[in-house]
Amino acid sequence: MTPVHIVAASENPLLPALPDIIWSAVCLLIVFLVVWKYVLPAFNKTLDERAERIQGGIEKAEKVQAEADQALAEYQKQLADGRAEAARLRAEAQEEGAQIIADMKAQAHTESDRIVAQAQTQIEAERQAAMVSLRSEVGTLATDLASRIVGESLTDDQRSANVVDRFISDLESQSSAQPVKGA
Amino acid sequence: MGTLNAANTTIQAAEGGFHAPSMAEFFPEAVLFQGSPFEMNRVMIIRILATVAVVVLLAVWANRMKLIPGRFQSAMELAMEFVTVGIAEDTMGKAKAKKFMPLIVAIFFGILFWNVTKLIPFLNMPGTGVIGLPIVLTLTVYVTYHWAGIAEKGLGGYLKDSLILPGVPWPMHILLIPIEFITKFVTQPFTLAIRLFANMMVGHLLLVLCFTATSFFLVDASNGFQFFSIITFAGGFFVFILEMLIVVLQAYIFALLSCVYINAAISDDH
Repeated sequence: MTPVHIVAASENPLLPALPDIIWSAVCLLIVFLVVWKYVLPAFNKTLDERAERIQGGIEKAEKVQAEADQALAEYQKQLADGRAEAARLRAEAQEEGAQIIADMKAQAHTESDRIVAQAQTQIEAERQAAMVSLRSEVGTLATDLASRIVGESLTDDQRSANVVDRFISDLESQSSAQPVKGA
Repeated sequence: MGTLNAANTTIQAAEGGFHAPSMAEFFPEAVLFQGSPFEMNRVMIIRILATVAVVVLLAVWANRMKLIPGRFQSAMELAMEFVTVGIAEDTMGKAKAKKFMPLIVAIFFGILFWNVTKLIPFLNMPGTGVIGLPIVLTLTVYVTYHWAGIAEKGLGGYLKDSLILPGVPWPMHILLIPIEFITKFVTQPFTLAIRLFANMMVGHLLLVLCFTATSFFLVDASNGFQFFSIITFAGGFFVFILEMLIVVLQAYIFALLSCVYINAAISDDH
């Protein structure tokens, strides 16, 4: 077990030589400084940024969700308002319609009354006219007939008019007396 | 094994006979600054190479960090979170761990890289296999946890919390205070350093033993014994796989215990 080369004082493996300690310390210090000043801050920064990005995403999603909820509520409210408005309008329209129908009925009624009245007046007027023309024609016919029968000219206007008048008055008194009697 | 070891083996082979690896493995000749406190031998150079490697890896990672990670960044983040969350925050809690995070992360990744050089061809030597580095690491943790405890509770409060167990009848303290003192001030740092150092050193010796024996059986031994080279090589291969685990495990244990000691020093509960 003789070593090939001569080893310095530190044959006891548990006693460190000074260069051993110095180089160990240098190595550890370098690794420590790099980790402390450069690697860990970069690592933590990346992790934080990543967490922030994820957090931001979640917050954004929550915001969008809230907006959507609000929009939905607004829409539903508008819908309800619209429905109420529609119902109100319908009721109004029905009422108005009923009103219009009633108005129209009333109007039609007056119109028909008016037409009836007018027709009656007209009929009366025509009856009067007919009566007048009848009277003159019947008078003429009667006098003609009578004069032919009697051979006497009844063309004397004054006289014939008196005769006709008398005749018609008789007719009238007859016709007016009879219905009164009959009624 | 490394160039020097290979040289040793050739010399030994040339001389004939089998030389088991010795502690001299860990104290190769100085190659730079001979005689000064900055004297450098192969182990120191390996440590510096590992330091450069870990610094470059971490710096490149930190430099290219993006919000949406690629494969390299994801893998590194996984490793980093294993340390920051799995080791530090799970032991100390998020708030307390923040302050000590750089130290714990540096310790874990540093030890991992200083250990792993023992498995890398042509380096073949753990940076932590020589006692200086475990001592420096332990001293850093030792100073940190005592300093943090004193800063948190004051010197008296810290000593009282560390040494006096609550709820113990007073005569017991005659026995318990020295035990607690030895635990907190001697045993803890000693075991922390020795665990790492011994694991790395012994693992290296085992690897060297297996592979030099393989070489010996193949080259020097008489024909009948060459068969044994298969066994020794298989053993060496097994140790190599085992060392892959140990390399990570020791970094983990060292970082975890550092957290446990710091947490014990700054916590109110005993």
